[in-house]
Amino acid sequence: MPHDNRALAALIEKDHAAILSGWLATLKRSGKRYDSRAEATVVEQGRQLLDQLRRAAAAGQLDDITTPEWAPVRDLLEDLSRVRVADGFSTSETAAFVFSIKEPLFDALRRAPGVTADELARQIWTVTCLLDQLGLYTIEAFVRTREDMIGRQQQELLELSTPVVELWDGILALPLIGTLDSARTQIVMENLLERIVTSGAEIAIIDITGVPTVDTLVAQHLIKTISAARLMGADCILSGIRPQIAQTIVHLGLELNVVSKATMADALGLALRRTGRSIVRHGAPVSPGA
Amino acid sequence: MSEIPILRIGDCLLVSIQVDMHDRLAMTLQDDLTQRIVADRAHGVMIDISALEIVDSFIGRMLNNIASMSRVLDAVTVVVGMRPAVAITLVELGLTLTGVRTALNVDKGLAMIRGIIDNPQNGYARRDARADREQ
Repeated sequence: MPHDNRALAALIEKDHAAILSGWLATLKRSGKRYDSRAEATVVEQGRQLLDQLRRAAAAGQLDDITTPEWAPVRDLLEDLSRVRVADGFSTSETAAFVFSIKEPLFDALRRAPGVTADELARQIWTVTCLLDQLGLYTIEAFVRTREDMIGRQQQELLELSTPVVELWDGILALPLIGTLDSARTQIVMENLLERIVTSGAEIAIIDITGVPTVDTLVAQHLIKTISAARLMGADCILSGIRPQIAQTIVHLGLELNVVSKATMADALGLALRRTGRSIVRHGAPVSPGA
Repeated sequence: MSEIPILRIGDCLLVSIQVDMHDRLAMTLQDDLTQRIVADRAHGVMIDISALEIVDSFIGRMLNNIASMSRVLDAVTVVVGMRPAVAITLVELGLTLTGVRTALNVDKGLAMIRGIIDNPQNGYARRDARADREQ
């Protein structure tokens, strides 16, 4: 009905205080405890949402919240979701914030003078549809914000966990931490090759102490990295192979075609030997206190 | 540009590929190079691909062919100056150029050829095999 929206807007305007207090009472009953600061925020958010709801209802249709008239309400709900993600609210608590307005709003509809049962039922249905849409929109915004956050953290983790270290002049080390998937292999490979170019290294030690498991896929990624480094003129040495991983590699019948050492120290020793260097001890070790 | 210049450094030949390769150019290069190896009695061939931004399977195969031909004529081939992006692309294509030696730049490539010519027993051993003997 075309006049429904204006009726709703007028109703919210008239019963503003009653709806707001009823809403907050419902929210408090719903279980989540608010301290005084959080409560003030909730009151403020509720007031804003109610205001925007009234304005949007006065201007637009009730059955479609994607129209431009509803943009302020959508923005408000998105902001609210973002703040709630940061504050560690759960999905249902965030959704409950929107859905709790139903009870006081329906009460207000019922109290309106001279309304027939038929009309009341229809109005309640319209408002329910509207609030359901708004609630779902809030949840979507909430989930989207959380996914963005997870994506950003993944990216940071990816960048943090693939350092290339220069152990010696011409010897690079690549300590791998965590599982190797295609995306990480790509980044690891790019980092390693860039460093080979800038440092002119001839030997790269790939340390897999921090790789929890080696399956055929991980092995394939390792082989790719080693082959790419070889194409750039750098030899690879694989180090940090734990006993279980050695067994897994043999049981799976993987052929890595690369020199491997049990520890990074052995690998560094071999790398130094290959570049024509050696480490010698001059006299007895010096104790740190001396 | 109708052909790729071949420069001589001592008993090494340096081929710097600066233009896009196509079939005829590759055939001409193989012809010229094999003739120069024989004429100059060269023992090393260096192919510089640092100017190439794209290396496809065709060029990959051409590099392998040149390496095999040089080997028959008793010269070692080193491919130098491959870019990181090119290396990644070749690996993703499954072309790891196992028959070809590689070095980071012309300098290191020259040192590698010198090393191999001076120690002929290492000459045709693959690098992996050589590494295994060091253990």
